[in-house]
Amino acid sequence: MTDESALAATPVLAGRYTDASITDKIADIVLVRPAHWGWVAGAFVSGALAILFLVAVSWLFIDGVGIWGVDQPVAWAFAITNFVWWVGIGHAGTFISAFLLLLRQRWRTSVNRFAEAMTIFAVAMAGLMPILHLGRPWFFYWLIPYPDIMNVWPQWRSPLIWDIFAIGTYIIVSLLFWYMGLIADLATLRDAAKKRWQRVVYGLLALGWRGDARHWARFDSAYLLMAGLATPLVISVHSVVSLDFAIGNTPGWHSTIFPPYFVAGALFSGFAMAITLAVPMRRVFHLEAFITERHLDNMAKLMLVCCFIVTYSYLVEIFMAYYSADPFAIAMVENRMGGPYAGVYWAVVLCNVVVPQSLWWAGVRARPVALFAIAIVVNIGMWLERFMIIVTSLNRDFLPSAWHIYVPTFWDFATLLGSIGLFVLLFLGFLRVLPAISIAEMRKLARDVGAER
Amino acid sequence: MPEVTPISPSLATAAQRRFWRGLDELEGAAPREVPQDVVTFEPPRLARRAFLGVMAASAALAAGGCSRAPLETIVPYRNGPAQDGYGKPVFYASALERDGYAIGVLVETNMGRPTKIEGNPLHPASLGATDIFTQAAVLELWDPDRSTASLRNGAVDTWPRFVTELRERVIAAPDGDGIALLTETVTSPTLHDQIRTFLEGHPRARWHQYQPVNRDNVYDGSRLALGEAVEPVYRFGDAAVIVALDADIVGALPGAVRHARDIAVARRGATRPTIHAAEGSPSLTGALADRRLVIRTGEIAMLADALAAQIGGGESSAAQVGGAAGGAAQGGGAASGAPQVGGAASGVATAALGADARAWLDRVAADLAAHRGRAIVVAGDRQPAGVHARVHAINRALGNDALVATREPVAFDAGNQGDSLRALASDMRAGRVTTLVMLGGNPVYASPRDLDFGGALRKLPWSAHLALHADETSAASTWHVAAAHALESWGDARAFDGTVAIRQPAIAPLYDGHSAHEVVSVLVDGNPRPGHAIVRDFWQRRHPAGFDAFWDASLRDGIVRESAATSRASVLPAPSSAKRSAAPAVAASSALAAVPTAATTSAPPAAIATQATAAPSATTAAPAVRPASDPSSATGAIVVELVLAPDPTLGDGRHANNAWLQELPKPLTTLTWCNAAWISPRFAAAHELANEDIVELRTASATVRAPVWIMPGHADDAVTLHLGHGRTRAGRVGNGVGVDAWPLFDSATRAIVPGVALAKVDGRERLAAAQTHHRMEGRDLVRLVSREEAARCAGSGCTPAREREPTESLYPPFKYDGHRWGMSIDLDACNGCAACTIACQAENNIPVVGRDEVLRGREMHWIRIDRYYEGAPSAPRTLFQPVPCMQCEHAPCEEVCPVEASVHDTEGLNVQVYNRCVGTRFCSNNCPYKVRRFNWHAYTRDVPALDAQRNPEVTVRMRGVMEKCSYCIQRIERARIDADRGNRRIADGEVVTACQAVCPTQAIVFGDLNDPASAVNARKASPLDYALLAELNTRPRTTYLPRIVDADAAPPPAQGGAPA
Repeated sequence: MTDESALAATPVLAGRYTDASITDKIADIVLVRPAHWGWVAGAFVSGALAILFLVAVSWLFIDGVGIWGVDQPVAWAFAITNFVWWVGIGHAGTFISAFLLLLRQRWRTSVNRFAEAMTIFAVAMAGLMPILHLGRPWFFYWLIPYPDIMNVWPQWRSPLIWDIFAIGTYIIVSLLFWYMGLIADLATLRDAAKKRWQRVVYGLLALGWRGDARHWARFDSAYLLMAGLATPLVISVHSVVSLDFAIGNTPGWHSTIFPPYFVAGALFSGFAMAITLAVPMRRVFHLEAFITERHLDNMAKLMLVCCFIVTYSYLVEIFMAYYSADPFAIAMVENRMGGPYAGVYWAVVLCNVVVPQSLWWAGVRARPVALFAIAIVVNIGMWLERFMIIVTSLNRDFLPSAWHIYVPTFWDFATLLGSIGLFVLLFLGFLRVLPAISIAEMRKLARDVGAER
Repeated sequence: MPEVTPISPSLATAAQRRFWRGLDELEGAAPREVPQDVVTFEPPRLARRAFLGVMAASAALAAGGCSRAPLETIVPYRNGPAQDGYGKPVFYASALERDGYAIGVLVETNMGRPTKIEGNPLHPASLGATDIFTQAAVLELWDPDRSTASLRNGAVDTWPRFVTELRERVIAAPDGDGIALLTETVTSPTLHDQIRTFLEGHPRARWHQYQPVNRDNVYDGSRLALGEAVEPVYRFGDAAVIVALDADIVGALPGAVRHARDIAVARRGATRPTIHAAEGSPSLTGALADRRLVIRTGEIAMLADALAAQIGGGESSAAQVGGAAGGAAQGGGAASGAPQVGGAASGVATAALGADARAWLDRVAADLAAHRGRAIVVAGDRQPAGVHARVHAINRALGNDALVATREPVAFDAGNQGDSLRALASDMRAGRVTTLVMLGGNPVYASPRDLDFGGALRKLPWSAHLALHADETSAASTWHVAAAHALESWGDARAFDGTVAIRQPAIAPLYDGHSAHEVVSVLVDGNPRPGHAIVRDFWQRRHPAGFDAFWDASLRDGIVRESAATSRASVLPAPSSAKRSAAPAVAASSALAAVPTAATTSAPPAAIATQATAAPSATTAAPAVRPASDPSSATGAIVVELVLAPDPTLGDGRHANNAWLQELPKPLTTLTWCNAAWISPRFAAAHELANEDIVELRTASATVRAPVWIMPGHADDAVTLHLGHGRTRAGRVGNGVGVDAWPLFDSATRAIVPGVALAKVDGRERLAAAQTHHRMEGRDLVRLVSREEAARCAGSGCTPAREREPTESLYPPFKYDGHRWGMSIDLDACNGCAACTIACQAENNIPVVGRDEVLRGREMHWIRIDRYYEGAPSAPRTLFQPVPCMQCEHAPCEEVCPVEASVHDTEGLNVQVYNRCVGTRFCSNNCPYKVRRFNWHAYTRDVPALDAQRNPEVTVRMRGVMEKCSYCIQRIERARIDADRGNRRIADGEVVTACQAVCPTQAIVFGDLNDPASAVNARKASPLDYALLAELNTRPRTTYLPRIVDADAAPPPAQGGAPA
């Protein structure tokens, strides 16, 4: 059993690497090595789910949102739950790559690339959900302020419009940040590639990067600026998403604690997803030396921090309901804990409050398999938390006559699982066409580590 | 695959007409045959060629469908707009029947298409309001499943061929031997005259009347009490005390719409009447009552006995009452073998009653004694004749004659219909009937199954059934003759007080339909005459002098003036200022006084003897049912009393194919698309039954399985099951919906069946309830005030409601220079009849979504009736609250819509811009009243016949769009156009929303809040006026007046097991 000090002493880079060996190890995944059976199996399963997603979305467009279980009064359910969940997952990537860069955390180096990819794909999934959710999705662009001949603008008081800006900004900045970090590595791939088409494609994407000192100087300052731009988004995006609910008057939504509550929840689920992806990835591609127990340990500790903020939010919600003496808020809390969806509430408590407590033990944090299991539990817990916030607030609000139990349909689950499948498929594709770990930064890290030794 | 019907029948029909104005019109008749197939096609099975045929037919319909006015002259309603321009609806006065009793209506037609029904303000049964069935009639007219051609043994045939066959059969039996005519309750003077003529010409022919919902018990009861059948006509508006013994005065009694109005007006007045109700199956009247006693339906007889005894006690009329009651008991007492007289019987009855029943009785008796001459006691139609006889005696003893007028029965030739059908069935089985003509009705489905009417009918050599749909009876008959709908044909009918209304068609028959008048005219002399000529000639004979003026006036006003006065009855003066002659009530009361005391001296007619025996007498009924609660019964089955009642929305089953009525949440239960066995909460707990469990109900002759619904306020050890479901040939909408309860209906036990074995069986059936939670959870939703506080507030000694002053808001207030619309809903007047829901559906093109969607909570009604229970589940107080859009001043929906589809207009409405809506549904989430409705699927499909019903002034919403109540903005706009043309302001009362217009109790008032003199401002000036969820600062423009209750009649607090 590992103890606390041993785990903290684990290096962020295990072994000795030269520039060339780092390049080989990472670029070979893309350029040389045949697909691992684990990758093939993963691609097969996620591909099947992605097809399910395609079918579900096609049927949705043909028949309408009525194929889902949404009803009166629960007019929002799985689609919005998925949306919030996916946006939240994206947050860890930005946090790792931008926040930790500004804080000069060296351990971010080997995890930032794939975490950013995770962000991009998660935000893409998130972006799809509100569109699918619309009654008339083909008019989604009416939410965007564009100069049309009718002179009709969006309604600025609606948080959904703020959402459009928040998500739009987020996806643009994330993409730019990610791409900028990739440029040097794309040039490496261009140089290492044997096939002509690879050289052409990577060459075009590398934008003529030559590794010139001036390039590096400009890259460093631009990258830092981008990080500065991206960092506030970690806070702002999910705050705005939370306003979708907090602005509403529904008991269970109408609460000032929502922005920090949502941001913490987002990071919580984001780190969980990062661990979920990192553990199999380092195993399948033999990257244990680059993504060490130290990385996992750090992410697990961050999860634990988020867990406490989230737990605090749960308690404050309950406290505020009784402290306010608002009968609707009290009824909402009691409905959550004892109503028809009480199982969801207690599952949330179990997944997000109880299970993560095991992360106190270094022995647990040191075991990738245990971490993976806990991360999966937290992922599920965070999805359920969003479901709880949305559905158990709506299903019993002000007028008891309107109360109704929401029951999801096959197509609800198909959309959720399908989006996970598509996300995983995209991620697996990313692993095979782009370097999953930043080669350039790893070289720098190897030199730094070597110098320290 | 159906084929396009041959053209020939329609040409033949066209040729039958006396006039055609040109070849175009004659040709226009040809494609008329086609649309039937257009609408009966199953779209997925359309082959290409058939599809082309349909398209051609549709095009022909579209081209030819614009001029569908009847050939004869019809007269628009007198207050309706003159036909001064295109695009304006035209109203025609007419009449529709519910169980034979007419209610006057105004049929709104748009470009010749009837699209909406309103009440006729001049008609005494309507006074401008209607019930749910009347509202739904327009959908029945356009029902795509209506039969479009006559059928002979299932094959399409023609009206002329039917006429020929019928004529030959009548000629073959010149004295009428073997010819039988079966009608429903006939209140039509013209039809009665025709039938009489036929019977005079063919003396051996037989006429039978049978309507499943009939007044046999009422007429038999009056025969027992008064020696002749009379129709009681009540003046609830003048009563100080109303006692309803299992009588649904405002929901089911003939004239219910009018009664509801009278009671509401009286309750608003200075002396508020007290309503006492005793019933086993919860009804609207029970919910309205100030004091409600839960007692098994079969024990009402005992209760009536006891009430008679208490009323009679120590009074001079005691002997008279005792005689009447005892006499009545004697009929029933034959079974018990112990004929008792007067007070003795009643004493026994009182002793057998429970403590709460005795307390209720004491209170009622005291109330009645204190209001002699100003009280009305009513027994329900399903109560046995003996109860009606007792009630007659009680009313007479109390001197209530002025309020309970009697007149000759509204139905012509009012015999016992149950006996009449039984006699017909035995004649049929004995081979004494060779030709049977059935005008309407559906006796194969809706009749006591022990008669096996269907079996007897199939054996007949020749039978014909005139009906709108090729139903169960049509399938068993030789001929199915397609009937013309009431909105397409001429006729006349009497209302509950005898007032005659002439029914003029608002449209020419859509298909090859014919009316009962036309069929009977063939019987009379072999020549089919047009309905118009028959009805007109009859009235011309009645009013030879100045006939044209009389005819025009009758058609224009929708009533035949002074027709009620031709009978002995007094005509009810309208509570408002309607101009109708009022014959003195003295005639009626003196007539009653002349009747010898009850039936003690003369032997009751045979029919009554049967009836009285069949009805469990007061003293025997109770013990028969008592062991029900005993768990140690030998079989393990539970013995209960079963009450079979017509369905609240489908009636006896005739409305089963009406999707509006199927989807209308049934008052009290809010169930849709099903029926269920109602049981009491205590019974459910005792026998471990939950909602949606299946139980088996077994009588001596039949077994029926039905899902259970726990009904607060239901009597213990009793089950109520509604008739009218489980149809097999209703049409695509009604087939197989719910459970057919008719097998349990026996001609001996009839509506109240004692000793039914109930057993739980495996399985569950999901029931589509529109409302799944029934408690107010301590929230201030339906506000209750005591009678005393209400009286104080009517003056000025009342503190204004708490939340009248709006709290602060971030947004600046809106300014309204012109109108500012608002609504007030009086919860004390609302009786939960749901007419507003269906009127709104008809007016606003609201789609029907079906059972599965209702189960998902996706019903689309823009105004719903919330129903809450308060108090103990065994005897709760039932509260209704209609909830349309509140049209908030600070509307939460407007703030969150990202695309400005939900916006505030310059007159304060929250309007929904359908073509801007993208369907985020945030508005619905943010609406605390949850009045928004979303088109989850494309609910409105293009069915040509149904398209024709739609209101052209209201957009049909597409899939993915939010919709909600708009305060009938199209009606506001129509009024605005009229006002603008007159260069004036819209006057108060000029805009009447659909829900307001239909409301029997005038619970809903709509108007301009900027007009200080408006009716809605008068309502809102009450200090009791309150806004729903006012603490949210939404500032609704729809506000409520509280329900007024007797403070000391507060139901006991709920103790566990409250309805969930």
